[in-house]
Amino acid sequence: MGHGGGGALSAELVRHLFLPAYGGEQLEGLGDSAQLTLGGARLAFSTDSYVVRPLFFPGGSIGDLAVNGTVNDLAMSGAVPAYLSCAFVLEEGTELATVGAVAQAVGAAARAAGVTVATGDTKVVDAGHGDGVYLTTAGIGLIPDGVDIRPQRARPGDVIMVSGPIGQHGIAIMSVREGLEFGAEVTSDTAALGSLVQAMLAVTPELHVLRDPTRGGLAASLNEIAAASGTGVVLEDRAVPVPEAVANACAFLGLDPLYVANEGRLVAFVPREHAEAVLAAMRAHPDGRGTVIVGECVADHPGVVVARTGLGGTRIVDLPLGEQLPRIC
Amino acid sequence: DPAAPPQGPVRRVLTVTGVVQGVGFRPFVHALASRLGLAGEVANTSAGVVIDVEGPDRTVAEFVRLLRSEAPPLAEIATVRCASAPPAGTRGFTIRPSQPGAGRTMVPPDAATCAACLAELADPTDRRHRHPFISCTHCGPRFTVTTALPYDRPATTMAGFPLCRECEREYRDPADRRFHAQPVACWACGPVLRLTGDGTSTEGSPALATARRMLAAGAIVAVKGVGGYHLVCAAAHREAVRELRRRKARGDKPFAVMAPDVATAARLGRVGPAEEALLTGRARPIVLLRRTDPGGALAPEVCPGSPDVGVLLPYTPVHRLLFGLPGDPPGPGVLVVTSANRSGEPLVTDDGEAFERLAGLADAWLWHDRPIAVPCDDSVVRARPDGEPMILRRSRGFAPARIELPLDLRPVLAVGGDLKNALCLAEGRSAWLSGHIGDLGELSTQRSFERAERHLRTLTGVEPQLLAADRHPGYASARWARRNAGERPVARVQHHHAHVAAAMAEHGLDGSAPVIGVAFDGTGYGEDGAVWGGEVLLADYAGHRRFAHLAYVPLPGGDTAVREPWRMALAHLRAAGLPWAEHLPCTAARPPELRRLLARQLERGLNCPPTSSMGRLFDAVSSLAGVCHDAGFEAQAAIELEAAAVRAVDAGGYAFALRPGPDGLLLDPAPVLRACAEDVRAGAGAPVVAARFHRAVAAVVLTVCREARRRTRTGTVALTGGVFTNALLDHWTAELLAGDGFTVLRHRAVPPGDGGLALGQALVAARTA
Ligand SMILES: [Fe+3]
Ligand SMILES: [Mg+2]
Ligand SMILES: [Zn+2]
Ligand SMILES: [Zn+2]
Repeated sequence: MGHGGGGALSAELVRHLFLPAYGGEQLEGLGDSAQLTLGGARLAFSTDSYVVRPLFFPGGSIGDLAVNGTVNDLAMSGAVPAYLSCAFVLEEGTELATVGAVAQAVGAAARAAGVTVATGDTKVVDAGHGDGVYLTTAGIGLIPDGVDIRPQRARPGDVIMVSGPIGQHGIAIMSVREGLEFGAEVTSDTAALGSLVQAMLAVTPELHVLRDPTRGGLAASLNEIAAASGTGVVLEDRAVPVPEAVANACAFLGLDPLYVANEGRLVAFVPREHAEAVLAAMRAHPDGRGTVIVGECVADHPGVVVARTGLGGTRIVDLPLGEQLPRIC
Repeated sequence: DPAAPPQGPVRRVLTVTGVVQGVGFRPFVHALASRLGLAGEVANTSAGVVIDVEGPDRTVAEFVRLLRSEAPPLAEIATVRCASAPPAGTRGFTIRPSQPGAGRTMVPPDAATCAACLAELADPTDRRHRHPFISCTHCGPRFTVTTALPYDRPATTMAGFPLCRECEREYRDPADRRFHAQPVACWACGPVLRLTGDGTSTEGSPALATARRMLAAGAIVAVKGVGGYHLVCAAAHREAVRELRRRKARGDKPFAVMAPDVATAARLGRVGPAEEALLTGRARPIVLLRRTDPGGALAPEVCPGSPDVGVLLPYTPVHRLLFGLPGDPPGPGVLVVTSANRSGEPLVTDDGEAFERLAGLADAWLWHDRPIAVPCDDSVVRARPDGEPMILRRSRGFAPARIELPLDLRPVLAVGGDLKNALCLAEGRSAWLSGHIGDLGELSTQRSFERAERHLRTLTGVEPQLLAADRHPGYASARWARRNAGERPVARVQHHHAHVAAAMAEHGLDGSAPVIGVAFDGTGYGEDGAVWGGEVLLADYAGHRRFAHLAYVPLPGGDTAVREPWRMALAHLRAAGLPWAEHLPCTAARPPELRRLLARQLERGLNCPPTSSMGRLFDAVSSLAGVCHDAGFEAQAAIELEAAAVRAVDAGGYAFALRPGPDGLLLDPAPVLRACAEDVRAGAGAPVVAARFHRAVAAVVLTVCREARRRTRTGTVALTGGVFTNALLDHWTAELLAGDGFTVLRHRAVPPGDGGLALGQALVAARTA
């Protein structure tokens, strides 16, 4: 079943199975994290499971992903991530050294992100019922007063920026998993973005949307934002930062870098009047040095994402399907 | 008949539908009635042309007969409804003014300038001497200037050009060739032709003289035509053609050329009687001619490596004047004529847009102030060896000609495929296809699609209750259908089923018996989620069963494999268990590192959907034979493989293996690939390999069809899908099948490729939903 690709099919699963079963006010937003009010405090709350193969890859491991992924989901609501839970599902027969290395990676990533792993769990499943190690993390963080960052808030005129080169994580994973040699090694971009987001909020609390373009890549994130806000998104094809090695790998495999996963990047929709200051603040931060403006939000073609090509065309960038099926007849 | 009783007068009210407005139908009726001495009147109404005619019984019957047999050239009568009324003793015959209302009649396609108008154009004593917009009831723009029905001057883009007194007189005179010809105009009242560029601007004849001079000197001029802007340059001028290629980012895709006359066309390519009829017909499409002249009148950059040259003759007065009239200074000669857009984008029709979007593409603009109501590309056709036409792109000159259906359909809109899109509206026994719209993956093309859909609905009056779309989950056309359906159902029609249904429909099959549908193309979404394209279906309108298909191979990289035929060659070799031997051209096409990557991609199945595409098998053999490893434009590898096969002296053929599979018979290409590889190793040469491969495909179609006939008693075969735009394959396959007693249905009215898809979708949807 193609429902894990982060695209149209998993959206369908959520809409038609999960929401009817237990959907409530909080789930309706379908954001990366829920925004809750508890005892007067505004909390962001998020959970995610990690099933990556291989467990270790250039630039990181499943441990880094489990921490950074949940931290980033919290950060995308403007929250300051505070506490994580971490649950291990271990396949019988997995080397203890492997589990230890993953645990070390979780600890190091949490320290780097400034969060505390406050609770956890461990389960063992029979050999053959898992890929060594699955991790599930959940996290909570506090949303500062005056901050309201949601996909629905994108407005025509917003400037769209991406915090660095895209496609590295997906290609890095695929290269090692499938034994592909593209010449130059591509390393995962996995990183925690909480501190970058706080640096942006220090410029203005008026950020409209933040998103970490993980599964389904930039294309999926932009489509979700366009659909949620009812605005159009225009990308400048040439402005989208794609490292040469990623571009070459994608060209060879027939993939579009816009659909490839990232783990340490964010896309921001910033009101035009703050764009310059936010851009400068991002570039001054170690996790946002490669920030570029990639496009803008428009009133035209509501809900539709397009990429302006070098030759003046406007290619429609649709929600990804499970697989990129050919159209040429 | 002396025994017949004496005749009293009778009165009949005739309602004529079809293409009967804007084609000189009322003056024709007036003239006919007057000639026969009948009384009454004729009027354009929303229900059609209504004729109230009174006179002796037999004369009225004669009138009804001649109405059909003597109708004017652009008219196409669909139905004549006849009602009796009590005679009223009317005297004389009159033409009544048009009555407004919802349209049920049709506007004809645009027609090339007629001989009578051309004669006036060249006649110094005529008041329309050199008038760039000369036209009459029998010629000129129709579809592309009509904004609403009934067809009348205010419902065209000529609304802004009030007639001068002389034109008004012609327009009102039933005896005149310009009676109610809506685009009629002259120097005093018509649109103004201008040449703009380089800071200068000239009008009328000086504009044309300047344009001719510039073109002869190698300039690229944007010329506003009937359905959109063209970019034009002198075809013999190497630098100009090369510059046009560069500016348009066009790669090696062949350009079409406009020749002043048939004699010139015949020096560029082979012109037989069928080609001549197509070249000089009213539709004036681009006609693909087998090239005969490798140099001479055409710069080599016009159509490098192509076996054909696309030629069309002038179809507007402006084109005619660009070539020059007797006594004019020498002009630019044969012209390259290409739609003025960047590859993949829709045609430019708006003047403001033309100046904005074509800046940097054109050196000057030859344009005018008559708006274009709907974009319409040039059509592309070729003549089959037996003289039958094959339409490759059905657009200007054909759209929106009505297609007669074998069944009554409820109102339906079929949105077509995603590339080479054309949409179809159908109701009752009529279907109308839009012009060629293009690639719906582009936002601007999607807007053209919406504009074309609205325009065609206005002109046909069809209000669809049902929509039809392809089953491909990623098709923009299908998404559009879902978004715009409202409460109406959207039927999803399998791609190859639609191809087969299109062939059945245009041949008038009512679907009561199934046909053997051979649908060979590049890509279509299959029932099992695979990429189909080498399909033999047992089909009627209501359903289809897969009888046989090409064995699946991986399509490494999806659309990338389409652009890189070397991948298909290696994928096919691997699937056939053959080594990637160093001496094979497809292997040598890429360095070892890339081949290792491809091997890995295939092993791991990374972005490798399974495909049964026949188009991709042509690509594979093209690369294997050393003909084409990288396709710069659609179907380049297959086109060049066909060109090679045409050069071969007949040399036998390869053979597919047939074996039962889980979903019908499997056509296994492994023995074909093995034989190809052996021939290549033995140095047989690309033409021989190509010809043997074409023979193999034709032969396996015959074998499979025989097997289908044996099992089902079905003796009718439809050949459809883009692969059958290959004239050689089409000819050989049809010949083999006909020789074995099959009835063979080949496309004549719509393209075999996805340009005809919407017609089939409409039929299937209306039968199944
Ligand atoms: Fe097709
Ligand atoms: Mg997540
Ligand atoms: Zn005429
Ligand atoms: Zn006039």
